[in-house]
Amino acid sequence: MLTFRKGGIHPPQNKFTESRPIEVLEAPGSVTLLLGQHIGAPSVPVVKAGDAVSRGQMVAKAGGFVSVALHSPVSGVVKGVRQVRTADGMMADAIIIERTSDDAATYTELLRDDEQVEAMSAEEIRGIAREAGLVGLGGACFPTHVKLTPPEGTAFDTLVVNGAECEPYLTCDDALMRSCASGVIDGVRLAMKGCGARRAVIGVEDNKPEAIAQLERECATMTDVVVERLMTKYPQGGEKQLIEALTGRRVPSGQLPASVGVAVVNVATAFSLHEAVRFGKPLIERVVTVSGLDVPGGNYRVPIGVAIDYLIEAAGGVPASTEKIILGGPMMGRAAENIDAPLTKGMSGVVFMEQGHRPEVTPCVRCARCVDACPMGLEPYLISTLARVGDFERAAERGISDCIECGSCAYVCPSARPLTDYIRYGKVIIRRNKKK
Amino acid sequence: MEQRLLTVSLPPHIHAPGTTAGAMWRVVVALIPALACSMWVFGLGAAVVTVISVLACMGTEYFITRFMLKRRPTLGDGSAALTGLLLAMNLPSNLPPWTIVIGAVVAIGIGKMAFGGLGCNIFNPALVGRVFLLLSFPVQMTSWPLPGAGMEYLDAATGATVLGAIKMGELSASDINVADLLVGNTGGSLGEVGALALIVGGLFLVLSKVITWHIPVSVIASAALFSLSVGGDIAVELLSGGLLLGAIFMATDYVTSPMTRSGMLIYGAGIGVITIIIRHWGAYPEGVSFAILLMNGCTPLINRLCRPKRFGAERRRR
Repeated sequence: MLTFRKGGIHPPQNKFTESRPIEVLEAPGSVTLLLGQHIGAPSVPVVKAGDAVSRGQMVAKAGGFVSVALHSPVSGVVKGVRQVRTADGMMADAIIIERTSDDAATYTELLRDDEQVEAMSAEEIRGIAREAGLVGLGGACFPTHVKLTPPEGTAFDTLVVNGAECEPYLTCDDALMRSCASGVIDGVRLAMKGCGARRAVIGVEDNKPEAIAQLERECATMTDVVVERLMTKYPQGGEKQLIEALTGRRVPSGQLPASVGVAVVNVATAFSLHEAVRFGKPLIERVVTVSGLDVPGGNYRVPIGVAIDYLIEAAGGVPASTEKIILGGPMMGRAAENIDAPLTKGMSGVVFMEQGHRPEVTPCVRCARCVDACPMGLEPYLISTLARVGDFERAAERGISDCIECGSCAYVCPSARPLTDYIRYGKVIIRRNKKK
Repeated sequence: MEQRLLTVSLPPHIHAPGTTAGAMWRVVVALIPALACSMWVFGLGAAVVTVISVLACMGTEYFITRFMLKRRPTLGDGSAALTGLLLAMNLPSNLPPWTIVIGAVVAIGIGKMAFGGLGCNIFNPALVGRVFLLLSFPVQMTSWPLPGAGMEYLDAATGATVLGAIKMGELSASDINVADLLVGNTGGSLGEVGALALIVGGLFLVLSKVITWHIPVSVIASAALFSLSVGGDIAVELLSGGLLLGAIFMATDYVTSPMTRSGMLIYGAGIGVITIIIRHWGAYPEGVSFAILLMNGCTPLINRLCRPKRFGAERRRR
C-alpha cells in the first residue's frame, strides 16, 4: 500500500459520521460573506447596501491574480458591507445579505456538454474557476486557478487529487466521494485540462473503501485517471507527503509541487470545478462534517456564510460535555473563539472536544519521538527550542521553514511540550524578518 | 440562551496517551525481574541496598528542588526513583548505607541537578554515582558478596566476579558454567547477575515501545564481534558483568543517548567496543560504566553527525 516514507502518526480515527449521507441544510434568514476567505488579496465588493441580489450572483470580484470572486448563496437584499468578528475573534470585512425570497437558481441544467468542454482551453477553465470563486476546500483556501496555472518555465504532467482525508473525525470528502463520485471524476478531468496534466492520480486512504469503490467504478474505463489506495496514516494528505506517496517524487525544500511537475487539488475542489464548468454554479456551498463525542453529527451541505452556530443547532446543538469547538480537524483545525461567526469556504468540519486543556508540560527528555514522527525529517525538539529562545537564525538553518505544521510532534510528545506552537511562532518571526 | 465559555488553544487538539513519567515507571517495572533475581541471589543485602539507594536519590532531589532551587519538587516524574533503582543495580549488595547515600547524592546532585535537572544532564546520573563510588571506595565497590548470602548484609562472604577472576588469572573462560550466568548464580553488582531476568525486562521495554532495539542490539553485537576478533569468550563476555544491564537499561537512557536510529547504532557500537577494550587491556576487569559515560559525552557530537534526513533536501549541499 502506498504511503509517504518518513515519520507520520496513527491517531484514533474517530470517523463517527463515515456512513452518514450528505444532508442539505436550508439557508437561514441572513448570511455573512467574509471578503478574505482565501489566501491572497481580499475580494472587492461590487454591491452596496440596499442592492437586491439573487442566488449565485457575484457580490465581490477578485482583488488581484491571487484572489477569487465571491457569490451570494441566497436571494435577498444586501444589508451592508462592514466589519464582523470572525471565528478567530478578529475583525474582518464582510458583506451581509438578508434572505428575502426563495432562491431561484438551482444549477440543475447542464450548461456545457462534453463537446463544449472539449473545445475549451486551459485558460478558459481556469477563468471559470476564478470567476466561480473556487479555492482549495481542504482548508488552505488557495485560489484554484492559481494552483492550476503552471509557473513560468514549468509544466504539469501529473495531477494529484487529494482524497486522503487524514484528519480524524472529518468525513466530508468521504461523503462527497461516496455520493458524487461521477462529479468528482469529471472535476478531476476538468482540472487535468485546466492545468495541462496528462494523467491524474487520486489518493484515498484505505479506511474509505466505499469511496474508493465508487471512484474506481467511475474511472474504470479511463486510462489516464487512476485511484490509488493509501495507507491510513497522518499526515497522508499533506501536499508533499501525498505527492511522494502517489508519484514517488519529492518536492525539494522551499519549492512548490510544480517543481516536480505536479499540481494538487482536493476532491471537494474538483467537484466544485465540475459544478462550476458544467452547471455554472459558483462556490456558494460546501460539505461540512459536524462530529465529536456525544453528538449524532453528520455531513451537511451548507451555504457559505451561515453562522457556525446555525449549523451546530441544525446538527443537534453543542453537547454538554464540550469544552472546545474545533473548526476543521483536531490535528490542524483552529479552536473557535466565537461561534456566531460565519462559515467560510475552507471550513471542513466542526468538531466538539471534551478535553479543553492540554496535558501538563514536563521537561524534554530527548526521547526522540518527535524526530521519529516528523514527516519532514526535522528535529522538532531542537527547532522549537531554538525558536523559544529566540535563535531564529539557527532554527532556519535546521529547516524550521520546511515545517508543515501538521502537529505530529506535539501529538506524540510524552512531555506534552508545545512543539508546534513554538515552531509556528518561529516561522512567523522569520517571515517577518525577511520582509524587512 | 445559556452562556458557555469555550477553551481556545492552538492545534493539535488531541494528544497521544502516555507521559514521560509513565515511561519512567515502565522502566522501573522492567527492572522488577532483575531485582527479584538479585534478591534471590544476594538475599537481604540486595533489598537493603535498593531501598536505601532509591530513598536517598528521591530525598536528594526533594532537598535540592525544595530548599536550594525553591521550586516545586519533581519526584512525581519518577526519574529520581529510577536513578536510585539503577544506581542500586550497579552496587554490590554489601555496601554500607553511608556509602550508598554518598553515591545517591553525587548521582542526583552532581549527575543531574547541577546540570539543570531532568532532561539537561549530559551523563547518566546513576553511572556518575557508581563511578564516583568506584574511584573513591575501590575496595568496598569491588568486594562482591557470593551468591546465597541469605540474611547477611554487611558481613556477607565476598569473592571476585567472573570477569575479575579471569583478569587476575584465577579462572579461565572455559571453566565457567554459562547456565550459572543466565540465572544469576555468580557474584557481582545487584544488576549484573541473572542475564535472563535482564533480557525479559529488555523485551518488555522494546515491546511496550519505551525503547527501540537499536541501542541494546548495537551494544551487544559490537561487543560480541569485537571480543570475537580479539579472542574472547563470547558467552562469558556478554552474560557476565554489567554488559546486559548497561546495554538494556543504562545506555538507553533517553536524555543521554542520541536522537536518531543511525546515531543510536553508532553510540551502541562505541559502548560495545570500549567495554571490551577496557576488559581486555584496561586496569579494571569491567568497563561498561566507563564506556557508557564516554559515549554519553559523545552524544551531542553524534546528534550533530547523524541528523535525520530532511524531506526534499537531498539535492542540496550541506
